[in-house]
Amino acid sequence: MAEGIKDKVAIIGMGCTNFGELWDKSADDLMVDAFKECIEDAGIEKKDINAAWFGVHFEEQSVGKGATSMALALKLPFIPVTRTENFCATATEAFRGACYGVASGAYDIAMALGVEKLKDTGYGGLPGGPSLMGTKNALIMPKLTAPGAFAMMATRYFAVYGLSPEEGKKMLAKVSAKSHHNGARNPKAHLRREVTEEQIINAPIIAWPLGLFDCCGVSDGAAAAIVTRADMAKKFRPDPIYVKALQIALSSGEELMYTKWDGAHVETGYRAGKLAYKEAGVENPREEISMAEVHDCFSITEAVTMEDLQFSPRGKVKEDIEAGRFNCDGPQPIQPDGGLKCFGHPIGASGLRMLYEMYKQLQGKAQLPERQLKNPKLGLTHNMGGFPAMNIVSVAIVGL
Amino acid sequence: MIGIKSYGAYIPRYRMNHNTIFTSVGFLGTFPPPGENAVANHDEDALSMAVAAGIDCLGGVEREVVDGLYLATTSQPYMVRQNSALVATALDLPSNIRTADFIGSTKSGTTALLSAFDAVKGETSSNMLVCASDCRLSKPGSPQEYLYGDGAAALLIGSDDVIAAFEGSYSVSYDFPDRWRASGEKFEHAWEDRFIRDSGYREFITEVISGTLKKYELDIRDFTKIIYPGLYAREHGAIAKRLGAEPGQLQDTLLSTVGDTGSASPLMMLVAALEDTKAGDRILVASFGSGGDALIFQVTEKIGNIKDRRAVKKHLASKKELASYEKYLAFRNLAPMDLGMRGEINIRTPMSALFRERKVILSLCGSKCKKCGTPQYPYQRICVNPDCGAIDQMEDYRFSDKEGVVFTYTGDNLAASIDPPSVYGLVDFAGGGRFWFDFTDCDLDSVKVGMPVEMTFRRRYVDESSGVHGYSWKAAPIRA
Repeated sequence: MAEGIKDKVAIIGMGCTNFGELWDKSADDLMVDAFKECIEDAGIEKKDINAAWFGVHFEEQSVGKGATSMALALKLPFIPVTRTENFCATATEAFRGACYGVASGAYDIAMALGVEKLKDTGYGGLPGGPSLMGTKNALIMPKLTAPGAFAMMATRYFAVYGLSPEEGKKMLAKVSAKSHHNGARNPKAHLRREVTEEQIINAPIIAWPLGLFDCCGVSDGAAAAIVTRADMAKKFRPDPIYVKALQIALSSGEELMYTKWDGAHVETGYRAGKLAYKEAGVENPREEISMAEVHDCFSITEAVTMEDLQFSPRGKVKEDIEAGRFNCDGPQPIQPDGGLKCFGHPIGASGLRMLYEMYKQLQGKAQLPERQLKNPKLGLTHNMGGFPAMNIVSVAIVGL
Repeated sequence: MIGIKSYGAYIPRYRMNHNTIFTSVGFLGTFPPPGENAVANHDEDALSMAVAAGIDCLGGVEREVVDGLYLATTSQPYMVRQNSALVATALDLPSNIRTADFIGSTKSGTTALLSAFDAVKGETSSNMLVCASDCRLSKPGSPQEYLYGDGAAALLIGSDDVIAAFEGSYSVSYDFPDRWRASGEKFEHAWEDRFIRDSGYREFITEVISGTLKKYELDIRDFTKIIYPGLYAREHGAIAKRLGAEPGQLQDTLLSTVGDTGSASPLMMLVAALEDTKAGDRILVASFGSGGDALIFQVTEKIGNIKDRRAVKKHLASKKELASYEKYLAFRNLAPMDLGMRGEINIRTPMSALFRERKVILSLCGSKCKKCGTPQYPYQRICVNPDCGAIDQMEDYRFSDKEGVVFTYTGDNLAASIDPPSVYGLVDFAGGGRFWFDFTDCDLDSVKVGMPVEMTFRRRYVDESSGVHGYSWKAAPIRA
């Protein structure tokens, strides 16, 4: 009987670059910046790292295939380095690899690093192109973009729960306004300006019904973590953070090709959450998860994720949003660092960026005192890659 | 008895008033007659319209019985790669059939029809589908721009259950250099209109109709309807008068409502005539182009069996005005338009993958699980029903003829499109199956969750660097 990952692995160091449109930084620069902060935080040297996992999604925009780009950029001394790619869960997959590496006893110290250099495409939004979903899909699927794919979930959510577009957009505006509030207070975030609900509602439409402020930043950035076996962790620092759960779930085709999915939730999010709660021994996520960084690529994604992760009952997230439940001064803060919405979304770095925020909050070391949440115990990170009808979701839980 | 067994037609949704053209390019000095033209959407061409007319014609007909497809056009996208074979694949016709392209002249529609009758008469085929379609590109400001419209017609030819018996034909052929387009050229050239009218149009139509009457010892008054293209409205009437016909015998030319649809023109007029006819009526159809063909039909008692066709009448009534000439230029790629850097990303079709997946991509076929009955698109080897999961127990299942409803949708302003926003969504098919598709021929404001849609074969892209015209299926609101 598998025991799961709970309390077998500890994070002893993390690094995260500023996120943003970093015209003067290459992917190599970003990797070095995140790596430098990470090993300094862990108090180790490069030679102490036994193996590394490297996450990047749109490699064609920046570093090319394989893991050699990281080995070269960081001058890693002939150690095993493995490239991971699994859409927006790419960095969490790198982290999962590193955790399993030390948990198995194969290594003492492993590193996970994720990077993405998106702002070399020449246009707004994520890189497009026919290769994203494979040859056949390029010839039969709509030419969809990420905002369009998630807008379809908003359309569906409004229809299933009887919200008029006005009511729905108002609910979503509160989600984005909260993240802008948090992002404005985070020195490393990409978008650091508060916006009002009116501005959000009246912004230009990107993909109906989603407007500009329903969409997250398209950013450059990198983040990294050093992990060890739990029994070694206190040798490195007094306040290591322990891994409680690491789960992923992938679409089976049922959502896209069978007719039972309601289109108003992400089935993989619910499944991965359930697996993670079981692994971590969480019985009541609404009460026990102190805080979370979830995949708010779009405002609607955050809203349905609250339901998928059982923070809100099905169809009731609107009430929790309106009650301010997920604000930093609420009972279950979500996106304390600004989220993908405002911290930014360099695809291959996002999972580790989320863990960075949980790690710092759990240690009581959020950069500014006004950002520090009160006594968090368990932090959850959630990445969703692909589209609501066809995707991957990863859920990680970390704690003291 | 050989003859026509079924008919169908297609007219694109957009109409452009001649005044819209005149307002933009009237400064060049051409003056339009009143009227409007049917204008193909940016994702339509001669092949997509031929498929649409074919679908209309094959309503209630098992695709498996069709044993041949002739395509007539002067605006075929491919010079090499048989256009009729592509149309047959889109229509999901069997592979053991005869296909041929009839190109190069606007009489090719009637010539294809005559060849189909020969095949049926010679008993080499028993159900020949003839599609005639034209979507011709004209130079902005040219007289052809006012004259030409886009449209298609389809006729099923056979020897049983015919609704109109084929009674005879007569043809004339001349190397008439009225219009020409050399290989590799984009636009047609035309000689002076007065030459075309007086030395060609008037002479050939008179000759081919007179020849027919003489050959079969018939009088022009024996025909209920007389059909020939109406390139020159006044001359169209004058020819009839000289032949001794009454104005009431003349079938409407569709010139001021659709425009001259080239190869499709006489067949579309024939379809319009069949929509409004009764048993015993005799119809004379003549074409014009490098000479012409004339064909005689007599309508049978079976005419009442043909129902639920959109044909010409319903398609004519279902329309939307294209009020921007600039948008028309954009649709035809006649003026370079900025789609941003994102618009410069090209789709490349791996041809071996296209052929391997032709049933999925071009025929819109998926599979149906023999164990649990779940239809699924695209073709799956392992059943998608989570309670089934049967492996390799599938049969082919065609989705192109199934209606669906909009499960969800969006209007995407980020996606590169010549006609933003890109509207797309997920469709739930009647009888089962779900997939996502681009939507076409619709306005975002009119799309709703639960709205019924039908599938339509469209041109997905043209990659000029590789010469590939790519096609796939889209969803559209039910047309009429």
